[in-house]
Amino acid sequence: MRYIAAFGRFWWSFVIGDDWRAAVGVAVAIGGTAILAAEGVTAWWLLPVAVAVVLYASLRRAISG
Amino acid sequence: MSSAFLVLSAFLASAVEMVEALTIVLAAGVARGWRSSLTGLAAATVVLAAVVAALGPALTVIPLRGLRLVVGALLLVFGLQWLRKAILRASGFKALHDEDAIFATELDSARTAASVERAGLDWYGFTLSFKGVLLEGLEVAFIVLTFGSTQGSIPLAAAGAAGALVLVAGVGVAVRTPLSRVPENSMKFAVGIMLTTFGIFWAAEGAGAHWPGSDAALLGVLGFVCAISVALVAHLRGRRRALAAAGAEA
Repeated sequence: MRYIAAFGRFWWSFVIGDDWRAAVGVAVAIGGTAILAAEGVTAWWLLPVAVAVVLYASLRRAISG
Repeated sequence: MSSAFLVLSAFLASAVEMVEALTIVLAAGVARGWRSSLTGLAAATVVLAAVVAALGPALTVIPLRGLRLVVGALLLVFGLQWLRKAILRASGFKALHDEDAIFATELDSARTAASVERAGLDWYGFTLSFKGVLLEGLEVAFIVLTFGSTQGSIPLAAAGAAGALVLVAGVGVAVRTPLSRVPENSMKFAVGIMLTTFGIFWAAEGAGAHWPGSDAALLGVLGFVCAISVALVAHLRGRRRALAAAGAEA
């Protein structure tokens, strides 16, 4: 059990890192892109805009934290 | 175009990780003996080869759209970590990565650690080298597998990584000191931009969006990510100067 928890912690730290909110923001943006695309609306623009917002917010948290 | 971009990305990302692994192997070798350090390096290389050999073929049987969605999302989250740290370093909010300082710290720890011998090896030197190469190598394996499988050519991504290995290992053997002259912080910035660019492109495609101009849109995404990164560095530098001025007045 200890090894499974350590394995999980390693992959969390490896992929998500120290700002889980950025990962949540990316997931929401990808979900939004999928919904727009499924509705037949042009969706390519959403992810770049969302990344700019997520990155800015993540940097603000980093310098104020 | 995207093939050259793929090889370049795999090469740069791998070179950065290999420079870091080299620093650890050198510290272990100098402080604890080359036999233990190089055995650790070899053991980690075998484990990494097994990981790539097991996961590489498995990834190629996943449908491309699903693969691009999952890999794009992972690369985007992973790339944003790199980019965020690179922007913080470039703007002065985080210390620059310094291989000489890391080497000195590792060397100091390795020299003061207790000596335990297992299987005829100095165990500290072996595990330091093994863990260092395995952890840095896993990032290389992750990038090679994700880039390669999504672009339909793991061998091409592996070729980029192999080029980096030959270059870093060759120079490392020749100079036997940490490669502190490598512009590592700039390379990390470039890798963060590339990971984020590929992540945006593939995740959007995997989610069902269609890029105007198809693959050529990758250049547009690259330009956009570069532009926001440079703008954020400039913004944070200004903020840092303002904070320093306010601190000086107080």
